[in-house]
Amino acid sequence: MAIYLDKNSKIIVQGMTGAEGMKHTTRMLAGGSNIVGGVNPRKAGESVDIAGKSLPVFGSVKEAMAATGANVSVIFVPPAFAKAAIIEAIDAEIALAVAITEGIPVHDSAEAWAYNVEKGKKTRLIGPNCPGIISPEQSNAGITPSNIAGKGPIGLVSKSGTLTYQMMFELRDIGFSTAIGIGGDPVIGTTHIDALEAFQNDPETKAIVLIGEIGGDSEEKAADYISKHVTKPVVAYVAGFTAPEGKTMGHAGAIVSGSAGTAQAKQEAFEAVGVKVGKTPSETAALMREIISKL
Amino acid sequence: MDLFEYQARDLFEKYGVPVLAGRIADTPEEAEAAAKAIGGTVVVKAQVKTGGRGKAGGVKVAHSPAEAREKAEAILGLDIKGHVVKRVMIAQGASIDKEFYFSVLLDRSNRTFLSLCSVEGGMEIEQLAVERPEALAKIPVSAVHGIDKAKAVEIATAAKFPAELIDAVSDVFVKLYDVFKKEDATLVEVNPLVLTTGGEIVALDGKVTFDDNAEFRHEREEMERDQLDPLEAKAKEMDLNYVKLDGEVGIIGNGAGLVMSTLDVVAYAGERHGNVKPANFLDIGGGASAEVMAAGLDVILNDPQVRSVFVNVFGGITACDAVANGIVGALNTLGARASKPLVVRLDGNNVEEGRRILSEFNHPLVSLADTMDGGADKAAQLANK
Repeated sequence: MAIYLDKNSKIIVQGMTGAEGMKHTTRMLAGGSNIVGGVNPRKAGESVDIAGKSLPVFGSVKEAMAATGANVSVIFVPPAFAKAAIIEAIDAEIALAVAITEGIPVHDSAEAWAYNVEKGKKTRLIGPNCPGIISPEQSNAGITPSNIAGKGPIGLVSKSGTLTYQMMFELRDIGFSTAIGIGGDPVIGTTHIDALEAFQNDPETKAIVLIGEIGGDSEEKAADYISKHVTKPVVAYVAGFTAPEGKTMGHAGAIVSGSAGTAQAKQEAFEAVGVKVGKTPSETAALMREIISKL
Repeated sequence: MDLFEYQARDLFEKYGVPVLAGRIADTPEEAEAAAKAIGGTVVVKAQVKTGGRGKAGGVKVAHSPAEAREKAEAILGLDIKGHVVKRVMIAQGASIDKEFYFSVLLDRSNRTFLSLCSVEGGMEIEQLAVERPEALAKIPVSAVHGIDKAKAVEIATAAKFPAELIDAVSDVFVKLYDVFKKEDATLVEVNPLVLTTGGEIVALDGKVTFDDNAEFRHEREEMERDQLDPLEAKAKEMDLNYVKLDGEVGIIGNGAGLVMSTLDVVAYAGERHGNVKPANFLDIGGGASAEVMAAGLDVILNDPQVRSVFVNVFGGITACDAVANGIVGALNTLGARASKPLVVRLDGNNVEEGRRILSEFNHPLVSLADTMDGGADKAAQLANK
């Protein structure tokens, strides 16, 4: 099972012929992902040899889908062109679009999201500014290292890429159904709540780790959602207790504005609904280990 | 980036939003000249990026150029909530009949734009939202369709503007949305938007925030920017993602989330070691090359408050051996300038090779930690010596 992405996923890469696209297409292939082609209107009709595989390049997402049956697109297009790439994926109604690109103007991501809503949300957008999604031993759409952890009963959803890696590493002996990095931008396509809902409905997922950070109110909303709809055990981790007010901490969305978006408020929201919050990544992993041992 | 009031005023003017004459002055003499050029009654306004400047004595009316000079003298140098006034704006005086409020902003929680509008302007909007929520219209604005005339009329009507003003204010709302959209702003706020006794609608004070991610597509004229901390300025020159904090343990890591987490873990460890705290946020990103590592270490070691450094890297895309080579290269480049103990925690991709490289390097200041928690504890302990 897993969520959003599994062994049957057929992946195309928008921006495959660029430096980042090439590098990560190679890595995804090595990790066992079924990459079936790339998109670049200027190189349509050509093919690219990556890791011993000849991958066709198409002029559009729509053409790539028609020719290959692709149902997932991973987007490595630079910030200036990312909105157009995401909208193209939405227009093609591909089931899953994963936008890795960091540094997209928020007007562009807001517009792409509004467009997706108007079109009836036929495309699940993950990101932007995220590591993507991995269902270990099945498929990997993004830049998460494929070899950190194997398949297992834990579902992971995180705003941060490196904390995703860290948590997968801490719990590598137990394994993951799916790990999603939803991204650290102010406007993102898939939220903590979306992932919680999918994990709740996924029989393979037995417990959930949620990683948040300062900024916005996604964690507070997730806490409310958990109290109403999630019966599987959840543990949480929140980064940024020491972040000063008004300073952006790396991620465009990681900022405490006035009294809003503090790590403290997020921790309290989780604890108020009975979700345990680890003080550190390792303590969070220990909390999950305890839950798994009792399942 | 937040704009100063005078920058917002100039931007509004460029987009045809009605504003009053305004000139900046950095000295009382300049203030006098500006008041003379504008003529009549003027308002001398402190240019600081914080609220409550009126109460703090940062806004004063002057009826003559000589008085403007006096008021500017009193305001320049004033400390308003930690912001020292270096510049004032001399604004044309207005005869105000009514004060309103308008803003358009990014509503992150709902992943859309939002317009806030009220016929009860003048007071802080947070206060209005709490005390008189029924007086504040909150209208979602589509990022695809924006604010056209019809939407602007909808906003003005929801905010209960009198019928005879709706046409005039909605024209201004359309222009303000134009500023928001074309300038890639995350906030455009006018407070107050006023009706003068002469029947004109005028934006009297404005706040604008630009999206840093969109700066690549704007050719902005050279504008006054916030004074950065000297270390932050140096880090910015080197294109490093650095935030100066008030502590003793320098931090270098890869990935925003992991670095934020590292700061927290160091702060917890500090509770056991004389309450030492993280000295900075520094994310060297996925690459973690020797050059970036050297630049990062250079900035951190130049912070006189720093007494130890914790390098916390999870090798995901970057292999740990590359990171280890980066540290070796950085320490060789820095030579004697690398004068503070360095605790390094590496995990992930090629970790054994990375640790081997650092063990063989055998630098007297470098020690290896097996875990993030262990490394944080060691670094905090070293900073407390």
